[in-house]
Amino acid sequence: MTRHIHRPSRMNDARSRQHAGWWAFALHRISGVALALFLPLHFWALSQSLQGPDALEHFLRWTDRPLFKFAEWGLVCLLALHMTGGLRVLALEFLPWRDWQKTLLACSVGAAFVVGCAFALAL
Amino acid sequence: MSARLQTWLWIAQRGSAMVLAVCVSVHLVTMVIAVRGGLSAAEILARTQGQLAWLIFYSVFVVTVTVHAVVGLRAVLGETLGWRGWLRDLCLGAFALLLIIVGARAVLGVFGAGQ
Amino acid sequence: MSDLHVRIWRGDAEGGFSAYQVPRQESQTVLDVVTYVQRQLDATLAYRFACRVGMCGSCAMTVNGVARWTCRTHVSKVIDDQGALEIAPLNHLPIVRDLVTDMAPFFDQWAAASGQFSGAKTRHDDFATVPPDSPARRAIDAAIECIGCGVCYASCDTVAWNPAYLGPAALNRVWTLVQDARDTATLDHLRAVSGDAGCQACHTHVSCAERCPKNISPTVGIAGLKRALTKATLKGQL
Ligand code: SF4
Ligand code: SF4
Ligand code: FES
Repeated sequence: MTRHIHRPSRMNDARSRQHAGWWAFALHRISGVALALFLPLHFWALSQSLQGPDALEHFLRWTDRPLFKFAEWGLVCLLALHMTGGLRVLALEFLPWRDWQKTLLACSVGAAFVVGCAFALAL
Repeated sequence: MSARLQTWLWIAQRGSAMVLAVCVSVHLVTMVIAVRGGLSAAEILARTQGQLAWLIFYSVFVVTVTVHAVVGLRAVLGETLGWRGWLRDLCLGAFALLLIIVGARAVLGVFGAGQ
Repeated sequence: MSDLHVRIWRGDAEGGFSAYQVPRQESQTVLDVVTYVQRQLDATLAYRFACRVGMCGSCAMTVNGVARWTCRTHVSKVIDDQGALEIAPLNHLPIVRDLVTDMAPFFDQWAAASGQFSGAKTRHDDFATVPPDSPARRAIDAAIECIGCGVCYASCDTVAWNPAYLGPAALNRVWTLVQDARDTATLDHLRAVSGDAGCQACHTHVSCAERCPKNISPTVGIAGLKRALTKATLKGQL
């Protein structure tokens, strides 16, 4: 069977992407890539504790700056968004389908927002 | 890569997602608690050192997040950069190995294996 | 009513837009606009239609950036405040000329997805009875209404990003076969829609369902295929 097919490069632009499902996808993808790239750094930072508590403490104090705080908060928000967005995808894929996509999206963004606020308040 | 293996990768990604939903929820709650009054190494390590439950939890977390992230990146590299084929999969395998090794060091570190 | 400012794609992939003035009319469809241009302004304009009533699926085009069936799309629904209308051929398909795309790649994917029915009965057997209320039959009520217009295919970004992807319409078709009590090749169908080019490549952005003029949600069928495929794989049937 022909599987590799030449396709011209005419792509959709923003005009065809103005709907909830596409935005949910975009958020999910961007947050996913960002988190995947952050992962090795995160692990590396925590592995400082292999050299004892002081090494980890030293690193944590080094990140005690507004820019890092802001980045931390951003990452927590991304994590919450990616998780709730992922639950949305799992629901659409594995649960009996109903016309609840927009509700699901609203729930997932809402839940992520709550987590973001909680973290910001705790900071 | 055969379609069957690709299907297994997809299943692994969705399966890991289900486990991660639990892990990430716990992680988010722990973090909100942990950052109150500032992060300190002593506080983090006091919670985790010598705790078998946390050791198991974080080990599962590292393994599932590695599977999940690598399969996810595989699709992104194919679709966004047009990078497909064995070299991509090899590089992703190396990235998975890196995550597992550094992740294991992190888990062992907070468990207190360095003492 | 004031005139419409219409821009229509001319030429092949290297072509560009040409501008036309078309008188605005009551209950005017986008296909009416294209027909006016071809009949009154430039007889060399190539476009395709047949039924004009939303049955044949041949008139789909990109209207103001969105794939639509043109015979049943009212101008009033798609023009902006300035009365501008941009009409281009469907995305993701080779352009033959002007508004006509080559639909072969689209239907080749139906074949690659094993979109053909295979049954066990012959003409000498009695009719098969499919209970209209059975859950399997109810699940494909919408899906079997597909007219093969290609709107979903042109709207799906995964089709553009993943050149081997079978696309929403072909997968929707296979979903109807997998649910068909008379079809005897379920595992072959599932095998054909597995892997990076198959149902797992769908990212659930629902653009296909958002745009399908028949209100079909290929995303629903693709989710069904994902579940069936997962089950068969875990059972070791594939
Ligand atoms: S599923 Fe809808 S949009 Fe896609 S080809 Fe069929 S009728 Fe057209
Ligand atoms: S839901 Fe799936 S088939 Fe529909 S537009 Fe998105 S990727 Fe394409
Ligand atoms: S002309 Fe037949 S569907 Fe539009």
